[in-house]
Amino acid sequence: MEPLTWTGVLGPVVVPLMAALAVALGIAVVAQVVLSFVPGARGRTEYRDGTLALVRGPVDWAALAVRFLILALVAVVLLVIVAGIVLPDVADKGILGAMAARLWPVWLALVVMFAVSIRYQRRLGLYGRLFSSTVGMVGLALVMFWVFTAVFAPLIATHDPLSAVSGMKNVVPGTPLTREGYPYYLLGGDNLARDVFSRVVLGAAEVLKIAPFATLFAFMVGIVLGLPAGYFGGWLDTVLSFLANLVLAFPVILLFYLLVTPEIVETGIPRMMAAVLFLFPILFLVVLWNSRYRFEPARNRQRIGITLVVGLWLYAGIAWDRDPLGLVSMPANVLVVFVSVVFVNAPTVFRIVRGLTLDIRTRDYVQAAQTRGEGPWYVMLWEILPNARGPLIVDFCLRIGYTTILLGTLGFFGLGVSPESPDWGSTINEGRRLLSIYPHAAVVPAAALMSLVLGLNLLADGLREESLRD
Amino acid sequence: MLKFLARRLGALILTAFAMTVVVFALTNIEASLRKLAVSEVSSRATPEEVERWMERSGFTRPIPVRYAEWLGVAPAYVTESDGRLYGRCVRQGMTLADVPRYCGVLQGDFGYSKVLRDEVSAVIGRSLALTGKLMFWVMLLMVPAALIVGVLSGMREGSKLDRTLSTFSIATTATPEYVSGVVLIAVFASTAVGLRWFSGTATGAMEDATFENFFLPVLTIALYGVGYIARMTRASMTEVMTAQYIRTARLKGVSFPNIVMKHALRNALIAPFTVIMLQFPWLLNGVVIVETLFNYKGFGWTLVQAAGNNDIDLLLACSVVAVVVVLVTQLISDVGYVFLNPRIRVS
Repeated sequence: MEPLTWTGVLGPVVVPLMAALAVALGIAVVAQVVLSFVPGARGRTEYRDGTLALVRGPVDWAALAVRFLILALVAVVLLVIVAGIVLPDVADKGILGAMAARLWPVWLALVVMFAVSIRYQRRLGLYGRLFSSTVGMVGLALVMFWVFTAVFAPLIATHDPLSAVSGMKNVVPGTPLTREGYPYYLLGGDNLARDVFSRVVLGAAEVLKIAPFATLFAFMVGIVLGLPAGYFGGWLDTVLSFLANLVLAFPVILLFYLLVTPEIVETGIPRMMAAVLFLFPILFLVVLWNSRYRFEPARNRQRIGITLVVGLWLYAGIAWDRDPLGLVSMPANVLVVFVSVVFVNAPTVFRIVRGLTLDIRTRDYVQAAQTRGEGPWYVMLWEILPNARGPLIVDFCLRIGYTTILLGTLGFFGLGVSPESPDWGSTINEGRRLLSIYPHAAVVPAAALMSLVLGLNLLADGLREESLRD
Repeated sequence: MLKFLARRLGALILTAFAMTVVVFALTNIEASLRKLAVSEVSSRATPEEVERWMERSGFTRPIPVRYAEWLGVAPAYVTESDGRLYGRCVRQGMTLADVPRYCGVLQGDFGYSKVLRDEVSAVIGRSLALTGKLMFWVMLLMVPAALIVGVLSGMREGSKLDRTLSTFSIATTATPEYVSGVVLIAVFASTAVGLRWFSGTATGAMEDATFENFFLPVLTIALYGVGYIARMTRASMTEVMTAQYIRTARLKGVSFPNIVMKHALRNALIAPFTVIMLQFPWLLNGVVIVETLFNYKGFGWTLVQAAGNNDIDLLLACSVVAVVVVLVTQLISDVGYVFLNPRIRVS
């Protein structure tokens, strides 16, 4: 069989078209920026009665060109995707088309999600307002692309990410396969003759299984410790701030090496840390309910009861690997990575929450609550925390990206989940040894990681913009 | 001011102390020491031999005692067995009388690196010099680039230029060093595809750095920092540009370039100064990745070697250096902030 080309039968049309559009877009962007410095590049006309009016000048034409060129590029990309899904024969689709066809569940989910969200935009609060900012929408689309890829990974992957096929070592993208199953290695093979495309797709699942949850846990720890530190101040604040600064002064990589090496894991220190850190979410919820429903014992008991039962069940499974029902467990190596990422992130969250608390503590509504006789935890969790949510949500998005980068760093130094794991950091680490000869094995996961983090940053920017608006 | 400095210095020493205690405890756990013993004696050492080696090297004594020796407040352990001397302070060709009584960090002795087979202080000195060279060029590239990008995009918020440059800064902050390094090598140094403009390793740059072998590592570290500093500069610049005195200057008829250069810039650069100083710990992280990726044997590379091989003395020295760098830059940023911004008082 012939190796696949990048664009298949559309190649003769799409490749020159894309190149021309990209060059034109580059020129237009530069022209727009340069022209904005030229005085008088905005057109202006003077009417006979002495009034002035703006008309389209060179800058505006350049801006218009940029907008339409971007739209045209998007249209071409859409054409490739649609053609990839519609064309019946894999050989005609090309690599891009074939990938687009494999990713059909993702496109479907994205279209449904965006359609529903835009339809009910007004009822969805901050999330709905995200759809009126382009930056936010692009960011959300990138993030959700990877989330859906992770969810549908088993459907999308073309091959087993761990099994090698003889003769496919380091092959270039689009190489045909002689075996049963999917007939091509769409993005080539890696150093151990495994399919790069499938590894990246399943790597998304690995990364997205850890990063958001680790960030969530770090937030729980940071909030539970940061609120009282900022609210009460005093020696509690001094001690906690010192500890946070101590952790922050560690070079991240040294900390990872110290926590993830097998000898340290054997001593059980990471598991002890997990046992402590994972208590915080339960603690958080219990205090949250108790401070609110203290005077409604029935409701209070019900909420706390549910939290304790579910929380302790998950806690036993995740932290101690002793789930009585045998449903929840976390492999030891994942647990270590998870704990170290939470441990590195929590002090920064602590500092942010503490700073916000110090600021909000002096507001009138806090004093009103104090005068009403509310307890300190009620004030912290139901008055201060909801009012700090804007910056915290934005930071949460940014921090998921940062956690993804950290996980990649771990993988890059070979400290990741496991050497076989398809997560992006480990794959980059493996691929970098042959980087100058066979770049595709490392570049593909690198691009994936970059696009996910970029999406999270754009999403955070969109959220910040929209939450500042009110 | 002096009281403030003294307090910060006290916190610095306390932090460094706490940190070395943690690192010491974590590197001196039993299993790691046994592994070390096996690698020192022979790979087929019997448990008895390992035990003897541990005994001889003084690793069987309690950790606090050994930590005190490392610090240099307790007399160092020396023993003689089979006509050879064993202990922290012992070096090649010493007799029992030569061995100093104290040889800890306070005496300036950081110990001996078992992996690199050299004095730790020599190794650290060499690698810090190499990293210093790298950082110098990174700073030279990163700081002006970031400030220019930040000021240009902050002076007219929401303009086309601002949008373009902000996109660039967001993109660079989303690209960690190991990603941009990989992409840059693939594009500029790959022998299969790509341009072959630069060299994919910086090993040669240790002796003589040329544009060809040093530009890619420098660019890789600088890129990640540029976006962040540029965004901070932009934020501070947009804030300054909406201030009353800028409006007054505009109403007086001062030209826009003059407003930016003479009125806005000086006030807008206070915040980025702090940010640049606080970037050092992050840069340290980037240095470790880039030095590993480009095989440049500086401080980051040494840290990875020490951590990967559990080279206790070297690792402790590395962490002391790292924590001092982090805390001193924090101190400088605080003090500098006070000097630059007369509205802030230290009390």
